[in-house]
Amino acid sequence: MSENIIELSNVDAGYPGAVILRDVTFDVRKGEIFILLGGSGCGKSTIMKHMIGLNPVLAGTLRVAGEEWSRRTRASLCRRIGVMYQSGALFGSMTCLENVMLPLEEFSRLGRAARRERAMSLLEDVELADAAGKLPSEISGGMRKRVAIARAMALEPDIVFLDEPSAGLDPITSSALDDLILKLRSAKGMTFVVVTHELPSIFKIADRAAMFDKARGSMIALGDPRSLRASSADPFVRKFFNRGESNG
Amino acid sequence: MSVFSAVGRRACEMASSAHADFAFVGETAACAASLLFRPRDFRLRDCALAFERAAFDALPVTTGIGFLLGLILAFQSAAALKMFGVEVYVSDLLAIGLFRELGPLVTAIVLAGRTGSAFAAEIGTMKVDEELDALTTMGLPPVRFLVLPRVAAATLAMPVLTIFAELAGLVGGALVLNMMDVPTVVFWRHAASVTTVFSISFGLAKGALFGALVGLIGCAAGMKTKSTADGVGVAATSAVVGGIVAIAVADGLLAYLCYLWNL
Repeated sequence: MSENIIELSNVDAGYPGAVILRDVTFDVRKGEIFILLGGSGCGKSTIMKHMIGLNPVLAGTLRVAGEEWSRRTRASLCRRIGVMYQSGALFGSMTCLENVMLPLEEFSRLGRAARRERAMSLLEDVELADAAGKLPSEISGGMRKRVAIARAMALEPDIVFLDEPSAGLDPITSSALDDLILKLRSAKGMTFVVVTHELPSIFKIADRAAMFDKARGSMIALGDPRSLRASSADPFVRKFFNRGESNG
Repeated sequence: MSVFSAVGRRACEMASSAHADFAFVGETAACAASLLFRPRDFRLRDCALAFERAAFDALPVTTGIGFLLGLILAFQSAAALKMFGVEVYVSDLLAIGLFRELGPLVTAIVLAGRTGSAFAAEIGTMKVDEELDALTTMGLPPVRFLVLPRVAAATLAMPVLTIFAELAGLVGGALVLNMMDVPTVVFWRHAASVTTVFSISFGLAKGALFGALVGLIGCAAGMKTKSTADGVGVAATSAVVGGIVAIAVADGLLAYLCYLWNL
């Protein structure tokens, strides 16, 4: 049985004074592609922000790579995760290569030439070696996301978090990004946690998914998305998965 | 009851905001102190870029305003002194006033409007684009990465801008007195006679302090930017207003201290 790399136990997710999700419990296994999904505003990005240590959970325990987020563990946990934000969040004053090199400059003991070589290798993995010298403003949204993925993998993290990777992308680019995620998982063995509500992507890449509902303020489904679509006891869950398929 | 609850809510918001501001200042100070032990962590390149924008790019407007300030002060004071035939002492007034007070004060106000708002807008846009979150999750404190280079740049830029503004102000004053048949050499001799190393140094040190305040407040406003349509604009405005208020308060305190210590 694969060990758990993320463990949530009775977690209340949200912000001080505003609980969005209550009593959330699930685990993410090492090496799997795990999807957080649900309708807009259901709290999936909020859960991810708890997982990456941006905000503390309101209740319950959340363990990432065996540790809870605290001042003492922050430095080591930050090096074990990589995050791709919805917009890419690349630093506009740096070239794509410099963006990917940044974590290496701060945390690796490699010399300058070695850092550059590693960063170029990462850009080649995401098929963007030609964009190394370009600024983020000079490349497309899809390319920015791929550079952001390269940056997220710079320190060879155990877990890569992707926030809405397909948002704003056309279907072909979105599909190419899905292929990239699958390729990276196979090649590097990393665990991926993906926030999305794009059903084609979910069915293509997900091993398991956790679904949240804003109205009920809780997690309403957990498992293989294909099984959930076919035989979930919750009609809302079946409707969510089948609506996406009937549209496309 | 609704009035009381509104007042109470507003008081809580102000307390929360003040708490956040103190935390920001504390974090910045702690980060700056840590650089004493790890100076290589300081982002020199970012500081140099910020300095270029704050100092060199602002030089024309600051020098121009300094020149006009000298011109205006000379006209206004000469009108009164001429009645007693002592318009030559306009040079003394300008030298003392510009070096000790007006030079750093007016230059800092220009810096707050130009550079403080730019800092707030840059960092605010980064916050909206989740770049600050990206820094945090990479384990890179935004204060060390973004705030310290900008505060250092503003602190270093102010003395440069101030000295140019002061000299331009004196040139403006010399021009006015020249129109009143006071020879230029007499103007500069009078100005030099009342100018001391202390007055110049004091003015430049005051300018550096004002620069630090403008940088801190500009960056703090950017870090507090909300993800609304007017978020960045509000942050930039807040940086300018906050910077000017801070400059005025600091200048008032310094004036009181100078009076106490007879400086």
